[in-house]
Amino acid sequence: MSTLTEGTAPVPASAPIVKPTVKIRSWKIPITFGGFAVLSLILFVGLGRGQRGELSTFRLSEGRDLIQLPEVALPTFVTGVFVAIVLVLLAAVSAWLVYSHRKISIVLTILFALLFLVGFLAWAASGSTIPVPGLLIGTVTLSAPLIFGALGGVLSERAGVVNVAIEAQLLAGAFSSAVVASATGNPYIGLLAAMVAGALVSMVLAAFALKYLVDQVIVGVVLNVLVIGLTSFLYSQVLAPSANLNSPDVFPRLNIPLLSEIPIIGPVLFRQTIIVYVMYVAVAVVYFGLFRTKWGLRVRAVGEHPQAADTVGINVNRTRFVAVTLGGVISGFGGAYFTLGAVGAFNKEMTNGMGFIALAAVIFGQWHPIKATLAALLFGFATNLQNVLGIIGSPVPSEFMLMLPYVVTIFAVAGFVGRSRAPAADGKPYIK
Amino acid sequence: MSDLTASAAPAPAAPAAEPGRKDGSDRWTQTLRDITGGSAMISILAVVFALVVGAILIAFTNERVQETAGYFFSRPADLLQAVWDAVAGAYSALFQGSIYNFRSKNFLTAIRPLTETLTFATPLIAAGLGVGLAFRVGMFNIGGRGQMLIAAGAAGYVAFAVELPAGIHLIVAILAGLLGGAIWGGIVGLLKARTGAHEVIVTIMLNFVALYLIQFLLRTPGALQAPGSNNPKTPAMLPTAVFPDLFGPRYNLHAGFLTVIAATIFVWWLLSRSNLGFQFRAVGQNPNAARVAGINVKNVYMYAMAISGALVGLAGINQVLGTVTTGFGAGIDAGIGFDAITVALLGRSKPWGIFAAGILFGAFKAGGFAMQAAEGVPIDIVVVVQALIVLFIAAPPLVRAMFHLPTPGTTKKPKIRAVKSRKTNEVVAK
Repeated sequence: MSTLTEGTAPVPASAPIVKPTVKIRSWKIPITFGGFAVLSLILFVGLGRGQRGELSTFRLSEGRDLIQLPEVALPTFVTGVFVAIVLVLLAAVSAWLVYSHRKISIVLTILFALLFLVGFLAWAASGSTIPVPGLLIGTVTLSAPLIFGALGGVLSERAGVVNVAIEAQLLAGAFSSAVVASATGNPYIGLLAAMVAGALVSMVLAAFALKYLVDQVIVGVVLNVLVIGLTSFLYSQVLAPSANLNSPDVFPRLNIPLLSEIPIIGPVLFRQTIIVYVMYVAVAVVYFGLFRTKWGLRVRAVGEHPQAADTVGINVNRTRFVAVTLGGVISGFGGAYFTLGAVGAFNKEMTNGMGFIALAAVIFGQWHPIKATLAALLFGFATNLQNVLGIIGSPVPSEFMLMLPYVVTIFAVAGFVGRSRAPAADGKPYIK
Repeated sequence: MSDLTASAAPAPAAPAAEPGRKDGSDRWTQTLRDITGGSAMISILAVVFALVVGAILIAFTNERVQETAGYFFSRPADLLQAVWDAVAGAYSALFQGSIYNFRSKNFLTAIRPLTETLTFATPLIAAGLGVGLAFRVGMFNIGGRGQMLIAAGAAGYVAFAVELPAGIHLIVAILAGLLGGAIWGGIVGLLKARTGAHEVIVTIMLNFVALYLIQFLLRTPGALQAPGSNNPKTPAMLPTAVFPDLFGPRYNLHAGFLTVIAATIFVWWLLSRSNLGFQFRAVGQNPNAARVAGINVKNVYMYAMAISGALVGLAGINQVLGTVTTGFGAGIDAGIGFDAITVALLGRSKPWGIFAAGILFGAFKAGGFAMQAAEGVPIDIVVVVQALIVLFIAAPPLVRAMFHLPTPGTTKKPKIRAVKSRKTNEVVAK
């Protein structure tokens, strides 16, 4: 019984293939576009913000950059009206496309989203300046644990084991990396400890799920609670009294020569900590491993159809165990971000629900490493947008600003992604 | 697979010991086996084992134990004494804080911890019922926090801002809260049914939306903020809308506990006696089969999430109208929405199971605070013990293997079949 599996199971292979003759119109995208277009009309035009000729300034370079880009200043109200009109037109185009049974290209969706974003930023920054590099640097940094967690989740779920325990893996990684890095005085050994801790958590998940056939959602939820309780207990009893066990060195930001001087992209991608650089590699490796290697084919096979995989001689449970453990290694590494990459000390429940957001990114990203990474980046961007807007002061009550990314996610999930299908055997133990 | 053979090994040995007597004694052996290998025994052993692990953690982190361990080889008794003191002290404080306080001379004060346990259990049961109901329909409701907050906000607003006669006021406030929770849960069901949006994503996102919405309302004069105050906190609830105390002002236990009993009966009736509940279970077992059988699966998702949200909302209502009646802030959910998931899992998503699990967790919560105050053991140990209990109860083969228990119903079968049949049993049980 998997609660994460969708209702639309694939047709059995033996069934005759019937070509659908009726074309179904899906009005989801035009309706979502229309909703956002109306929203932008209300916000950008209706509220009349910036009518006295205020400017919204976008700063594209940081002070220490080698190549300085000029600041872009847009008149707030005019930009808002322009964006709102274009969005309404795009919504109309999408409605016409659906009406005439044509496909809405992904380019249109991306264009729509970018335009809305520009309009929104211009509207929010009326009379002040938005530091674009800062906004994006923070996005990448804040996304790091989400991306690691999502990659771990993808790897595990592609092999057919539901991984609700991402939160536990992140937290275990954060705790052990802080303790080991403090005790040894070497943050790199801390990273290693984080990977081991994440692997241990996922080995427990795998053992209970594969050997004792416990419902995988149950194990995942319980592991989250267990690790939260265990780390909080040890924090109060061991770390709090003796501070020298909880003061690891934080990784500095490393500038990669040349690359870090490319305008905008340089500071965003190449002035990060080693954890973020490893993240780039991890995304590529997981993608390559899953879709371009024999091992990846086997992992996906045991996740989709374990009986078939078993028939051709793949050891289903061993393949699953390895994939889940590797997923834990990746998630645990991401946990080190909290202590060695950002704060510099462990705190009770410091992952603060990030594991669940990573789980949402896995599902939002349709169990695909690249798409899940993009989803995680979206969440990271939303989080950082709140921080930036909090500094420059937002036009509507700040709570609604904070709420917006989550509302947008709901719209996106309901409107664009829709029914995302889990690997067919996700959550089902394999019994010979 | 070594554990399977290990636990199955005693099975053929038992009948071989006394081959002659098959009538009377055999039934007794069978009964004994059912008791020792059955789920009640598993549950008890799971609790015992979780407490043992908790004891190890308490002992290891105790300062006196660490001190005495330094000279273990010269005076080992010191270490054992220190371990005993630490563990026994903590667990006796846990017991006295949750069930019966022996130090009190008067029975009426001695029994007070038990009423505290029930008070803590009240919202846990309500929210656990909501999460469990969603589980039965095959959905994972992680949105307890949001549903509790919205319900608390709605019930709280009616309770402090609307003036109504006593009795009616309470009922209206409860209904407002239930409606709030039902709407917040219903949105999830509606989106899942109409667009296929995954309920895990939507519930997580709605948690944050509800949190910020309540935070906004709490600092907006005229909404939830107390008049003349700058704190993000509501005014106190009017006395006409507060749950009356069940056993007088000396105990914190309030009539909200009765609403939770009613909710448990309602969920039991809904799931096992009503037409809608049958559809719920059918969809939970296999949505495709349910669809083929003519059940409107989309409507079932919507109704189930709305009812689930209302039940979780009842937990929020109990918090504001029973436990914290002097006004509440944005932290009123107190993590109950997440605890409820564990409660529902421990109760195996069955109404009375959740009721019992809620009381057990309520006892741990009440006792945990007493233990932290009396012995200085952080309350987090309680969370560890709770998680271990659920983990072990969810894995009967593991507990059987650890304690070398026989498998129920395997006395007379040969070894191979015993292993096989147990495997299939578990699949069916799932």
